[in-house]
Amino acid sequence: MRRVTNIFWLMTKEFRTLWREAILLLLVIYSFGPGIYIESSGAGDMLSNAAVTFVDEDRTTLSRALQNSLLPPRYLPPQEARADEIDSLMDWGETTFVVVIPAGFEADVRAGRTPSLQINIDATKTAAAAIGTGYMTATFNAEIARFSARQNITATSTVDLVLRRSFNPTGSEVWLRAVSALLNWLSMLTIVLTGAAIIREREHGTIEHLLLLPVTATEIALAKIFANGIVVFVAFVFSLLIVVEGALGVPIAGSKLLFLAGTAVYLFAAASIGVLLGILARTMAQFALLLMLVIMPIMILSGGMTPIESQPLWLQPITWFLPSRHFMEFATAIIYRGADFGIVWPAFLWTFLLGAGVLVLSLILFRRSVARG
Amino acid sequence: MQDAPVVRIASVTHSYGKTRALDDITLDLPAGKMLGLIGPDGVGKSTLLGLLSGVRKIQAGRIEVLGGDMTSRRHREAVFARIAYMPQGLGKNLYQDLSVFENLDFFGRLFGHDGPERRRRIDRLAHATGLDPFLNRPAGKLSGGMKQKLGLCCALIHDPDFLILDEPTTGVDPLSRSQFWDLIDTIRIDRPQMTVLVSTAYMEEAERFDWLVAMDDGRILATGTPEALRQTTGKDTLEAAFVSLLPADKQPKGNRVAIPPLDSTDTSAPVITAKGLTKRFGDFTAVSNVSFEIRHGEIFGFLGSNGSGKTTTMKMLTGLLQPTEGEASLFGQQVDADNIEARNRVGYMSQSFSLYAELTVRQNLALHARLFNMDANSIAPRIDTLLERFDLRPHAHAFAGELPLGLRQRLSLACAIIHSPEMLILDEPTSGVDPVARDAFWDLLGDLSRKDKVTIFISTHFMDEGMRCDRISLMHAGEVLVYDTPENLATENGSASLNETFIRYITKAMDTPEPAAEALSGTVSNTSRKRRNGLARLFAVSRRETLEVMRDPIRLAFAFLGSMLLMLLFAYGISMDVTGLKFAAFDQDRTPESRAYLANFSGSTYFDEVPEVASEAELRHRMVTGEVMLAIEIPAGFGRAVTTGQPTSVAAWIDGAAPSRAATIEGYVQGAHGSFMTTRATAAGLAGMARPIVNIEPRYRYNPSFESLPSMAPSVPAILLMLFPAILMAVSLSREREIGTITNFYVTPTSKLEFLLGKQLPYVGIGFINWIILTAMAVFLFGVPLKGSVLALSLGALAYVAGSTGFGLIVAVFVRSQVAAVFATAVLAMMPTVQFSGLIQPVSTLEGAARIMGQMWPTNYFMQMSVGAFNKGLGFDQLAANILLLCLFAPAFLTIAILFLKKQEA
Repeated sequence: MRRVTNIFWLMTKEFRTLWREAILLLLVIYSFGPGIYIESSGAGDMLSNAAVTFVDEDRTTLSRALQNSLLPPRYLPPQEARADEIDSLMDWGETTFVVVIPAGFEADVRAGRTPSLQINIDATKTAAAAIGTGYMTATFNAEIARFSARQNITATSTVDLVLRRSFNPTGSEVWLRAVSALLNWLSMLTIVLTGAAIIREREHGTIEHLLLLPVTATEIALAKIFANGIVVFVAFVFSLLIVVEGALGVPIAGSKLLFLAGTAVYLFAAASIGVLLGILARTMAQFALLLMLVIMPIMILSGGMTPIESQPLWLQPITWFLPSRHFMEFATAIIYRGADFGIVWPAFLWTFLLGAGVLVLSLILFRRSVARG
Repeated sequence: MQDAPVVRIASVTHSYGKTRALDDITLDLPAGKMLGLIGPDGVGKSTLLGLLSGVRKIQAGRIEVLGGDMTSRRHREAVFARIAYMPQGLGKNLYQDLSVFENLDFFGRLFGHDGPERRRRIDRLAHATGLDPFLNRPAGKLSGGMKQKLGLCCALIHDPDFLILDEPTTGVDPLSRSQFWDLIDTIRIDRPQMTVLVSTAYMEEAERFDWLVAMDDGRILATGTPEALRQTTGKDTLEAAFVSLLPADKQPKGNRVAIPPLDSTDTSAPVITAKGLTKRFGDFTAVSNVSFEIRHGEIFGFLGSNGSGKTTTMKMLTGLLQPTEGEASLFGQQVDADNIEARNRVGYMSQSFSLYAELTVRQNLALHARLFNMDANSIAPRIDTLLERFDLRPHAHAFAGELPLGLRQRLSLACAIIHSPEMLILDEPTSGVDPVARDAFWDLLGDLSRKDKVTIFISTHFMDEGMRCDRISLMHAGEVLVYDTPENLATENGSASLNETFIRYITKAMDTPEPAAEALSGTVSNTSRKRRNGLARLFAVSRRETLEVMRDPIRLAFAFLGSMLLMLLFAYGISMDVTGLKFAAFDQDRTPESRAYLANFSGSTYFDEVPEVASEAELRHRMVTGEVMLAIEIPAGFGRAVTTGQPTSVAAWIDGAAPSRAATIEGYVQGAHGSFMTTRATAAGLAGMARPIVNIEPRYRYNPSFESLPSMAPSVPAILLMLFPAILMAVSLSREREIGTITNFYVTPTSKLEFLLGKQLPYVGIGFINWIILTAMAVFLFGVPLKGSVLALSLGALAYVAGSTGFGLIVAVFVRSQVAAVFATAVLAMMPTVQFSGLIQPVSTLEGAARIMGQMWPTNYFMQMSVGAFNKGLGFDQLAANILLLCLFAPAFLTIAILFLKKQEA
């Protein structure tokens, strides 16, 4: 009981301190408001405005039909070029794809000689290249099929393939981007706020003062975790309901309450990391560098940017120690797939255990760091 | 030689928000004299000195210094070479990590002295002040007195005509203090035309000044020689004279009650016992073998200068520090940091008056009451009593951070005793507090000790406070020199005062006595002062910044190792290669044909097969849990249909939560499907039937195997070289502001461009070295060859880090604290760098504000360049456009930073 009241009163102090740091609050509001909106809505389709150049040596109805089949907004209006220009065009990065239609292409199609159509892909644009190639192949195939149907060149395929995407049928990038943006800001703000709260106390000498009052290091750390966590949580709820669900129109399939509960668990873990960094760093410059070192893997390797399965096998067990990976896991499960607690509880549990582990480590270092003077 | 006044002040008023610091001041200061500015804290002394030195911006009124208007920028720039200013606080304008020599050298360079000239001046000043044996010691490791001497040397290096010292001796031990004033006297003999203006709260020091200005509450009470002030008021000491000049309501109430002697009949066990306490930090012994006993109800004083080990000893008594040797006990129990109950019996007040500046007086008191677990009903009355007793009632709703020092100190004491402790530990509670406030404070202490029988353990560097204690101990360099009653000590060996006894003990204890001031022999003949040597100043700032960075190996190591580690993680970790997809069959047919179809999936390296699903519901459930990302549903009758050539269909269920992954899976599925069809047709001898009409051949250029590593290795440095240099830069600049060394920029002829660019250069260097390391990693570790123009890419990298550090400067110019600098840089730079610069998604495919941000952000252009040079082997001419674009960012960012950087404080 004594502990609870101590934490409560220490938290009131944290709130008052934050309230007076206008610039920090402004940045929190920016992050969860316009920040999320810009980041998510900016993610057009993975393939949009792709630059395609045709080397058309055939110049027939079919070759023109192929050119016209690439429509905006996915593709920019196709350009034409000569075969000897391909290298320089691609070197200068003016085009991502070069489609070469050989002379006699249409005639070969009519005669059923199976001509080749070459697509040169700038493989340095990894994601767009992979997806673009798939889309373009499908479009060309459809266009050629339509052409041959008109010309009565039959190529029958007895087995039809029906593709069905669950959870996000339109393939909108905005959905996933919104969740990973929420995670990014959540991690960054929580870690910086709690870490800074610790460093600030140490700089002003008030942390030693607190340790001489009848409060324990655990209570001080928990008060900071809860207070800063609550501030970020409030901003998060606002952002989820108004920005993500409202302005961005991301449907939430599962229970919002369950998702918020998971977020609270994640906040605890992130804030514990903040406490740890605040204790490890002796100066603000060191804190800043530590922050970079921790926050970037949390953001980039969470699975929100590229799938976890794509990570090399040696890396996957390491990223397992990132609470953000578990957050991403339960967030996509709840938001898209409508998962219930029975499904996501292991992710909740791991997030909590990671947070608790970090907190215990911080508390051990806490006393020691104060004792260093 | 000069008859004109050195300073003319006319109707100057200065306010901070609602508080008026200076109220319509008009004053002339005579030249060539030693001038003293006296008065309690918070009356506007520092503000006035700040205005005279040009640190602060004049709000209203007119100030002329050395014959020119200080509101004119031109005059300020010209006059900075003739003014020297030393701000309040021990070593506030010094670079703590730099050595004595390096500090002096930096100031010499700022004023454009060449090598031999600097050496001559440094030798002369160091010799005169006795700093020469310590030239290689970091300024942060000097004692308080030596710090102040070094500060003085730095101020004197350019032979100023007007020297402004803001409370130079506060917190300095008596020996160093008297040495400091002797030093000033010698310098004045040498340079009689120099005017020295000093503010001080020690009235006995003011006795030795030529001419005094007494201030109170933003106004001038009186001016004149000390003699004249004493005569007009009819008092014998300056202190008394000053007090009588105060308005009636500020006069101390009644006569001060002397603290009655301690009741010596109390023979209970000692309350505090220290036995052989020793504390070492590394090879430095902060406290050595300290023992004492403090009796119940006693006021025990701990006297010594800053850094003599008083605070460390107190921390060991409170359990904050673990003693290396010896033991400490309170109330007969060994000190135990985890004993929460013992803390309820002790009140503690630390050196910095640890209050929460952002809480009001009442909130601070209430917080302490709550944390001491006081009964909720008794809290309000107790707070009221204390507000009354400590005269804080009128300020109950003021923020603690906005109170003058004296009031803050009272509030701090009130917080320490809110739970009526039996013992008080006070660490320099009166440091920096003026005499009137100190008297009032001691009245409170006397009251607590004698009426409430509270045992008080107090440390101080004021000798007159020592006289009010029951017993005192003198501490120097970690050792207790002597402990006894103050009366015995003051008269010991025929000393006239405690001060004298103290000085004698210190002199005796010092193994290497600090030599007293010597005359400034060999005055530098007319200075070969090179004016307006901007480039020299710029390099002086760069040189200093570089030295400071080198002195923090942890930061340096983090900057390099951190980016190497992240490079490793990301180059391997960010991968577009979609593999290991969990695939399950939903085979309702179970014929050889259906198995042949599925074999195209289970045999693929992209897919990991998981147990089959048996029903529609199970399929749905397993997709929700994420166990299955792709399910192939084969309808009953598939086998028959295939063999008879009847149309049939297969459904592929794809987890669409991650759209780009889903798109890739679609591609794989189509491939596997096609391969089944071809095999099937060939096997059936129906080659014509399923032969595709057209063969579409994708050719992946620059990266034929289409792996992520070759494109990640050149992209990741672009991200790291934005974030690390920007954040380091922002912290470095905001740190100067927080610590106060930015004053050196305010009061020297350094221009904004010289200061910012000078600070920026070392970080551009660090960033560039970082680029070399990361590039080497890409080439040698990841085996991604750099095929294109190395020269072009290095030029681009240089321009790029100049841009990223420039962004750090902008952020730091706008925010006040280091915390905010870190926060703002991270929040503002992270999103455009990681998301909008083409790492995952090309900038051209972004939409709306994201696209504009991506195009306005340098990372985009450098990433393009880096990828082009590595993977495409682009040459100089092909990369030139990007280099030019990158070159625009650095000057643009720097210009913005210069426009918003202020060369004066408000």
